[in-house]
Amino acid sequence: MGRASVGEFFRVALAVAAKDIRVEHRSRTALVAALAFAVLTLVIFNFARDAASLSRDAMAPSVLWITFAFSGVVALNRSFALERENAALDGLLMAPVSRGALFLGKYLANLAFVFAVEAVALPLFVLFFGVDIGGAVGGVIGVTVLATAGFVAVGTIFAAMTVRTRLAELMLPLLLLPFMLPPVTWAVQATARLLSGRPAGEIAGWIRLLGLYDLVFVTACLLVFPSLMDE
Amino acid sequence: MPDLHAARRAASRGLILIAVGLAGLAGIYILALRFTPVERFQGLPQKIFYIHVPAAWSALVAFSLVGIASALYLWLRDPRLDLFAESAAAAGLVFSVIMLTTGPLWGKPVWGTWWEWDARLTFTLILFFLFLGYRALRSALVDPLERARFSAVVGILGFVLVPFVHLTVYLFRTVHPQPIVLKPSEPSLPWEMLRTLLASVGVFTVLLIGFVATRYALGKMEQIKGADDGR
Repeated sequence: MGRASVGEFFRVALAVAAKDIRVEHRSRTALVAALAFAVLTLVIFNFARDAASLSRDAMAPSVLWITFAFSGVVALNRSFALERENAALDGLLMAPVSRGALFLGKYLANLAFVFAVEAVALPLFVLFFGVDIGGAVGGVIGVTVLATAGFVAVGTIFAAMTVRTRLAELMLPLLLLPFMLPPVTWAVQATARLLSGRPAGEIAGWIRLLGLYDLVFVTACLLVFPSLMDE
Repeated sequence: MPDLHAARRAASRGLILIAVGLAGLAGIYILALRFTPVERFQGLPQKIFYIHVPAAWSALVAFSLVGIASALYLWLRDPRLDLFAESAAAAGLVFSVIMLTTGPLWGKPVWGTWWEWDARLTFTLILFFLFLGYRALRSALVDPLERARFSAVVGILGFVLVPFVHLTVYLFRTVHPQPIVLKPSEPSLPWEMLRTLLASVGVFTVLLIGFVATRYALGKMEQIKGADDGR
């Protein structure tokens, strides 16, 4: 790949992402629904906790990450639904652009969508659970970005497949949740340590694992996506 | 139709292998109960080890076969590889169920609990869910080429995921017995027990081959019949 074609690759990816974000921005239905889902999950967790036996602090990191994981699945479910409705995917596939760039574009749009949901859910989580987030804000955001980047990559691939099946909304979590297990587990560990003010050295290992997961799965997804789409 | 006859013959050969495997399994019971000493600390429950460990072996082999056949399929696009991957996944699902049921049966008397969120148990459970997701996706797709491509992608990504799940579960405390046969030093198992275990691994390998071969031949017959009906 020459320099010009590398530029082309990213230009196409950004164009695809921009298209998705524009569609989302114009209707906003999906975003509002996904946000409402995330907030409802937080509310349910609050009522599902027995205040006498379990402190909010003890439960907080798990609540945050289960909310993020489930909202992520809900958000990803809509990723290719729109393309399917008007056979828009066929149009995209007919365009003389690299399939890898197409994946990257869908991935970036999904990331934007899930980040938007998380950006609203995080402050509400702090509010609802009375979390003293203080100096840990930067760390929690960093962990969130790293963990989300990994599972959204796999989720983008799986959403492209499950949209072609019956029971798509059920199939996506069945496939994706096992893949969420490692990043979510590590993110909970890192978040718990950040919120209880442990030294940075205790978190470095989890961060490295999250980075490794992102690197491996974004690469793997870029490599396998083209073979999903050829007819 | 020579093809259909060939497939029928292949199916009967597979069934014969399964019969041999089942007879071997009966032999393993006799060998384990009659001619192998009772373990001093665990007593009779330890006998389940001769089923549990070989089933785990077969499940892992099946899982690797799915991953390898999936990668080869995306490369060579030979429909036989797709059918092979499906057959291996079906057999793998059976063996992971055996592993997941015999584990708790042993765990209750020896650990005092049916289920423990122990490293290897969790790992196995995720393996089971990967097989299940793979099968569910296949059954939800109609177009055979699409099904082959999509499930190959799941097979490959699942193969990539396994080391991460391994890493995740091992970072937590484990109560599972440590490896006693496949380890750098000499196997720390008395000869009579090792002999029974190795015989059982052999029997389970025969069963695995028998299951995969039969499933493959049945799939072949289904394809031939489907092509005839379409004519």
